[in-house]
Amino acid sequence: MTIPEPEKSLEEQNRIIQEAGQILSGFSRKRESLIPILQQVQSRLGYLPREAMTTIAEYLKVPAIDVYGVVTFYNQFRLNPPGRHSIRVCLGTACHMKGGYITLDAWKRRLKINPRETTPDREFDLDTVACVGCCTMAPVTVVDNKPEAQVEPTKVDGILLAFGHPVDTKDKEKSESR
Amino acid sequence: MTKDKETVMLTMNGQTITAKSGTKLLWAALDNGIYIPNLCAMRDKPEPEAACRLCWVEIEGRQSPITACTEPVAAGMVVNTTGEKALKLARTGFELLMASHALDCARCSANGSCELQKIAKVLKCSLKPKRFRQLLRGLPVDESNPLFTYDPNKCVLCGRCVWVCRKHVKSGVLGFAHRGFERRITTFGDEPIGKDCLNCSACVKACPTGALTMKDGKKKTDIA
Repeated sequence: MTIPEPEKSLEEQNRIIQEAGQILSGFSRKRESLIPILQQVQSRLGYLPREAMTTIAEYLKVPAIDVYGVVTFYNQFRLNPPGRHSIRVCLGTACHMKGGYITLDAWKRRLKINPRETTPDREFDLDTVACVGCCTMAPVTVVDNKPEAQVEPTKVDGILLAFGHPVDTKDKEKSESR
Repeated sequence: MTKDKETVMLTMNGQTITAKSGTKLLWAALDNGIYIPNLCAMRDKPEPEAACRLCWVEIEGRQSPITACTEPVAAGMVVNTTGEKALKLARTGFELLMASHALDCARCSANGSCELQKIAKVLKCSLKPKRFRQLLRGLPVDESNPLFTYDPNKCVLCGRCVWVCRKHVKSGVLGFAHRGFERRITTFGDEPIGKDCLNCSACVKACPTGALTMKDGKKKTDIA
């Protein structure tokens, strides 16, 4: 398993290294600077691309795997660029009881990505949350910061259609009938 | 540091043993032929990892058992390595480890030299989880290195390979990543180990289980 990260041009890679370098210059080369650095780099770039992680590791003189270990440990850090639309599937207790996992599966199937990943066209990113505090609406999916109520798999298709995103099964049927 | 460390005398399992002051109980015991189950302990580490939670011992005057790898010896200390309270903790820890271990001794190349088999014998408990439901990790096996195979499903996360990897390879290829049940020994970006590895196979020597094993026909002294 490797980081499911979209391909980047050399220009983009250099830009990432340059921007990370700018942030790094404000920090001392101490291990304890790692998390504040990661937070600032992420708020600048939206995520933590591998070039940024290796640049940070070099600066702090820690193994790159240690930076990766911290990034994968904390939920606040993301390895993928944020999509245009964010999909947050609630898996809190109430949503769990109401089949939040089924909803999550529907999103995974439709978007063809796993939680904490972004679609290759950078339209959607998928993640889970523990509770968004509106349990009467369970199962909840927060779409672009707006909680959607009773999100069953059919509603997943509805939300995607509203975004003009063609629903996959129909595509498949079309291609099969051709 | 020029002054010689003084030695202290203590009692362990009714036997009087001597150890250099400052030594941890675990090493004092092992040096005197008393085996205490352990997986993560390494002598050259400045601080004990204390991660495997197996080396429980009872010390007279203490209410609860303590991990032998973190407790320095003291003069007149009376230690019991086979107390029921200590063994109970060690067994539970061991059973929890084995509940997510891809057990396949007959086909495992660590069979016979596996620390887990030794510990099961000492603790008098089965390698197969009985009390806990088995929950396997189902991670892919990494065959990318020319010398060794890495099977994360047999890993106990003791961190010994990570430590030796850092000593041999300046930058360190192996490390911990992910969280909770997903936690595993891996490389940067979860890439195959073959990529940046120097193939010193020190990690294989350090591995107490069958997670890191030499490939058929390769010896631990081989260097690619």
